[in-house]
Amino acid sequence: MSGVDRLAGGLYAAVMNLPERPMRWAQGHLRDGRLGWLFVGPNLLVFGLFSFLPIVIDVWYAVTGGTELLPGNRPFVGGENFATLLRCSDYLDANSCARDQFWYGVWNTLKFVGLQVGFMIGFSLLTALVLNRKIVGLGFFRAAFFYPVLLSPVVVALIWKWILQREGVLNAALQGMNFQGENWLLDAHWSFFWTVFVSIWAHMGFYTLILLSGLQAIPRDLYEAANMDATPPLRVFWRITLPLLMPSLFVVVVLGIIRAVQIFDEVYVLTGGGPGSATTFLVQYIYTTGFAQAVREYGLAAAASLLLAGVLLFFTLFQLRGMTKNAR
Amino acid sequence: MLARLLRARRGHAGWDWTDWASYSYLVFGTLLMFGPVLWLAVSSLKSESGLQEFPPTLLPSEQVRVAVPGQAAPLPLVQVTAGAQAGRELALLRRIGLQATLLDPAAPETPVRVPVADTKKVMHLHAAWENYSEMLSKFSFGTYLFNTVFITVVATVLTLLVNSMAAFALSKYRFPGREPAFLIMLATLMIPPTIVLVPNYLIAASFGLTNSLWGVIWPAVATPTGVFMLRQYMLTLPDELIEAARMDNASEWRIYWRIILPLSAPALAVLAIFSVMWRWNEFLWPMVVLSRSESFTLQLALNSFQGELTTQWHYLLAMTVLTLLPVTAVFLVLQKYITQGIASAGVK
Repeated sequence: MSGVDRLAGGLYAAVMNLPERPMRWAQGHLRDGRLGWLFVGPNLLVFGLFSFLPIVIDVWYAVTGGTELLPGNRPFVGGENFATLLRCSDYLDANSCARDQFWYGVWNTLKFVGLQVGFMIGFSLLTALVLNRKIVGLGFFRAAFFYPVLLSPVVVALIWKWILQREGVLNAALQGMNFQGENWLLDAHWSFFWTVFVSIWAHMGFYTLILLSGLQAIPRDLYEAANMDATPPLRVFWRITLPLLMPSLFVVVVLGIIRAVQIFDEVYVLTGGGPGSATTFLVQYIYTTGFAQAVREYGLAAAASLLLAGVLLFFTLFQLRGMTKNAR
Repeated sequence: MLARLLRARRGHAGWDWTDWASYSYLVFGTLLMFGPVLWLAVSSLKSESGLQEFPPTLLPSEQVRVAVPGQAAPLPLVQVTAGAQAGRELALLRRIGLQATLLDPAAPETPVRVPVADTKKVMHLHAAWENYSEMLSKFSFGTYLFNTVFITVVATVLTLLVNSMAAFALSKYRFPGREPAFLIMLATLMIPPTIVLVPNYLIAASFGLTNSLWGVIWPAVATPTGVFMLRQYMLTLPDELIEAARMDNASEWRIYWRIILPLSAPALAVLAIFSVMWRWNEFLWPMVVLSRSESFTLQLALNSFQGELTTQWHYLLAMTVLTLLPVTAVFLVLQKYITQGIASAGVK
C-alpha cells in the first residue's frame, strides 16, 4: 500500500468515524427498522426540498401574478397565466398568440424533437450495427463516437460556432470546392438545421453505446442458425435483430425524447435562440421569462414549466416502467 | 495494425463491399467527431492576426519578421513573385496604395518599389502560446477554475455519501415505508431541474444560497439515477457479511462504511465519474443561481465571454481548450470504465 493510499484510508476512516456515536445512540433508541429512515433521510430531505416542494411552489407561482419573488406577496390570479399562454386566435400561427414567443418555443420544440430524435436514433442504430460486426479497433471507434458526449454544452456550442462563422473553416472549404458560402447562424432555416446537427453530434455516442450493448446481448447462436439456413441479411435484421433489440430501442427513444424536449444549453450558446425566434425552444422561453428579462414574470414561467412537466411526466412513466422492469 | 485491419473479415472469404462500407463509415465518423475539436485546439494556437486569415491556414503560422538596420521594429518579410526582383525575400517598409516599398535587410540603403500584387507574405509555423498566457493574466481564470473544481469535488463527495446511505437502507433493511421511499426517489426522475427553475431559485434565495457555490451543490447531491444504480449493485452483496459483522457487535453505521461501501467501489466509481461530468458541465442552474462574476464557473465564464469577446476569438478559443482539457484527460484515462458504466447502467 502506498503512502497516498494509506493517507486516504486514514482520512476516510477518521471522517466516517465522526457520526459513529450519534448513530450508535440512534440505533439503541430507534425501534427496529426506523434506523432505515435515518439512512434514507438526507436523500429524501434534498429531494423534498429541491424536487417535491418546488412542484408545489410551481403551482402557487402559476396561479399568482405580479413580479414579486416571495410567494406571500403575490396576488392570486387563478388560471390567468395559463389563459395568457394559451390565448391564440389561430393555434397553428404563433404570431396570432398573446405570447408568441411561447408558441414559437412550442412549435420549434416539437419540430426539434421529431427531427433530432428521429435522425439521432437512426444514426445511432446504424453506428451500433456497424460496430457490432467483427471490427478491428472496436474500442477505439466506440470511444471516438462517444467522446463528444463528455464535452460540456457550452464547449460544444463554441466549437461549432467557430466552425460555422462567416469566415470559418466550413465556408472556406465550400469555397475551395467552388460552392457558395453561407452565413449559417444568421439564416433561420440553416440555424435550425445546425442546432439539430450539433445536438445529434454531441449526444449520439451515448445512444450508440446503449444500442450496442443491446445488440451484444442478442445470443450469437440465433445468427448462426440463420446463417445455416442461408437467410438473407435483411431478413435476419427484420426477424432477429430488430425484435430482440426492441427493449433497448424503446429505452433509447424515450430517453432521447425526454432530453430533446428540454433542449437548451447548446442552442442558447450557439444561436441565442435566433435569428429572430427561429431556434427559441421551450426551456429558453421559461428561462428568459423568469430570469433574463427586465420584468421577471415568474408566474408565466411557472405556468409554462407545469405544461412542460405534463409532457415530461407522460414520457417518464414509460422510462420508469422500463427501469423497474429490469430492477426486479 | 494495417495488416490486421485488412485481415478482418466476417467469417467468409475475402473482403466484400460491406467491410469497405463499414470501415469507411467508421473512419468518416471518427474524423467528424474528433475533427472539430482538433480544429479548435489548432486554432487556439494561432495569433490574433493569424485567426483573421481567410481562407484559414491549416496550421498556426505567422509572417516572418526580420530586423533591419536603421528600423526601430522588426519588419514583416515578403517574397517578390514577379518583375525584376522576382524570387527575392525583402522586408516590407510601407505600403502606399498599390505600391509597396521594400528593403533588403542586407542593404537597407536602397529601397525597392514593387506592386503589392507581386508580393507574397513569407510565413513560418508559430504557436501563439501567448494566447494562453495573456488570457490567464487578463481574466480571473483561476477563480473560475477554483469555483468549478470546488463545486465538482464537494458535490461529488456529498453525492456519493448521501446516495449510498439511501441505497444501503433500501437494499439491506426491511423497514416500514421502504417501498414507498424507493418509489418516491424514482418519482423524482419526473421532476427534471428545468421545470423547477423558478421555485428552486426561491428556495435557494431563502437559504441565502444565491451567488454561493453551495447553491449549485445542494440541489445536486441527491440523484435518482445514483440511488437506483447503487441499490441495484448493493442488492448483489451477500447479507451474510452483514450478519457476521453484527455478531462482532459492529454498529449499523460501521457496517455501512466499513463493509458495504468498500465492496460497492465499482458502482461508486461509475457514479463518481458521472457526477464529475455532470457538475463540470452543468450550465442552466448555475446560470440562474450565480449572477456575480466572482462566483462564475468555467461554463458561465465561457458563455459570458462569448457574448463580449466576439472579436477576441484568440482568448475565447484558448479558454475553451482549457475547459475541455480536464474532461478529455479523464476520458483518455477512464474511457473503458465510462463506456462500460454507461452501457450497464443506461444513465448519463
